[in-house]
Amino acid sequence: MTRQRSRAWISGIIAILVSTVVFVVPFAFVLLQAAKTPAEASNLSFSWPTNFQFAQNFWDTLISNDGVIWRAIINSAVLTVCSVAIMVVLSAMAGYVLSRKKSKWGPVVNFFVLAGLIVPPAVVPTIWVLQGLKLFGTLPGMILVEATFGLSFCILLFRAFIGNIPRELDEAAVLDGAGPIRLFFKVVLPLLRPVVVTVIVVQSVFVFNDFAGPLYFLPGDQNVTVQLALFTFSGQNLSFYNLLFMAIFLITLPPLIAYIFFNRQIVAGMTSGAVKG
Amino acid sequence: MSTVNPSAAVQVTDIKPEIPPLKTKRHPIKSHYPTWFFIPVIALYVVFFAIPTFSSFYFSLTRWSLFDSKFIGFGNFVQFFQDPQLYTSFTHTLVYAVITSGAKVLIGFFLALLLTGPIVARGYLRALVFFPVLISTIGVGIMWKSLLDPFHGMVNAALGFFGLPQPGWFTDPNLALYSIAGVDIWKGVGIATVIFMAGFVAIPNEYFEAARIDGAGSWKILRQITIPLSKGATATVIILSLIGGLRSFDIIWVTTGGGPGFTSDVLASVIYKQYQAGFYGLSTAGNVVLFLLVTVIMVPVSYFLNRKTVEL
Repeated sequence: MTRQRSRAWISGIIAILVSTVVFVVPFAFVLLQAAKTPAEASNLSFSWPTNFQFAQNFWDTLISNDGVIWRAIINSAVLTVCSVAIMVVLSAMAGYVLSRKKSKWGPVVNFFVLAGLIVPPAVVPTIWVLQGLKLFGTLPGMILVEATFGLSFCILLFRAFIGNIPRELDEAAVLDGAGPIRLFFKVVLPLLRPVVVTVIVVQSVFVFNDFAGPLYFLPGDQNVTVQLALFTFSGQNLSFYNLLFMAIFLITLPPLIAYIFFNRQIVAGMTSGAVKG
Repeated sequence: MSTVNPSAAVQVTDIKPEIPPLKTKRHPIKSHYPTWFFIPVIALYVVFFAIPTFSSFYFSLTRWSLFDSKFIGFGNFVQFFQDPQLYTSFTHTLVYAVITSGAKVLIGFFLALLLTGPIVARGYLRALVFFPVLISTIGVGIMWKSLLDPFHGMVNAALGFFGLPQPGWFTDPNLALYSIAGVDIWKGVGIATVIFMAGFVAIPNEYFEAARIDGAGSWKILRQITIPLSKGATATVIILSLIGGLRSFDIIWVTTGGGPGFTSDVLASVIYKQYQAGFYGLSTAGNVVLFLLVTVIMVPVSYFLNRKTVEL
């Protein structure tokens, strides 16, 4: 037993040392850069800032470029909240009926769900469709596209979860006089809470971090999202590395907070969605 | 209706159809799962996914300005596979996907083995390995571009300190694609690790105990039990990372933009470049090539891998 314990300690210490170099140092680098003066930050060296101006850089980043970062944060928040809300409700409905009703269309539906996971979206034709609907370059259009891209993943998770909810519950609710809509929204949906939390957190992180989607479908300064703002920022502000790294830090904060609070759900969602996929 | 019917004979035939409801009584719920619950999902899927995908096959055969399109046959595809600036992206995509996928499987497997075994600070290590999965690819790209800067970057400073060569990670044409693959592995290995960990934990402990009683060493247990019984997890990691690698765009665009020259261009970045240049038909042809590549690789791979999955 002591031999095993000492092995656990030795491998643990080696792993901690290696992971510190590989993972902690890069993150620490971002934080240190974000606290430096512009001149010092442009060195890109891993050193303690001589003038610690974290708070000032924080404000400078928020107000730089006429507060573009504010607009980006608001746009990203609206995009994430709306698209995730749409995909959660719609795919819960679809996953519910899919898992309850066995039909001969099952394999066909499966095929299309999997296709939605695997097939790379055809970008320019999607722009063409959006233009036809007068939704190109608008936030509502982007919301619908993001919601569509997330559907397959959500449906798979919901279907698997609903399969574990006993049907007797539905029957009891129906005997008590619940119609199909009441049955779903008042009886089944509340039971889906754990998987709904998982789906919301995982998809929020995906949508929030999405870069290619807004790059193609949401051009224009008014509609800029955080990822696009960061990308543009990295192209033009080469003399303000400190603000650039502060921007990276700011954009990493929401997923970091989500990870601290929903660590279990995120890992469960990513692995179970993956196993089913 | 039967109450107003005077004829007893008709009444009998009228009752007959009443028998099927007896049968449905066993499934009184069926009608409570309304099919129209699918309609919104189908509408979104058709409008924003199916129509673009199917129409891409037509538009890839045209010279296209979004407003009108002129059919030109396979011209776009011919151009795609003749122009070295374009067709090299095809091989790059393959190389990139295979390298990232293979490395994620190997490193993820090893890390999962380490993190499910006896080790201190397991939670901390798992959180650390998984965290890059969640953060913005753009942020990761900018961060690594600074760390791997050929002149000021920290990595080269460290290499120089030990007297090792200091390559231009993203600026050397022979190295750029592999450097990006390295960053991609750094960012994505966490998801492979947690999938493998879930797979290992699902193996019943009795198997390990029985093997140990039979005198199997840890290498033998690994080869005869852990690897075969976590095939499902391995299949998932391979499939996921291959799809991700083939479609990869963000990390390449933010670190090198496909450069230097076209040495790190992949299909997804060519699609974007041609779109930017206004060659919508050519861009869509690239999209179709990517679609076919993903399908041609993923269908046999997933068939082969899922067939070999061992049921526990």
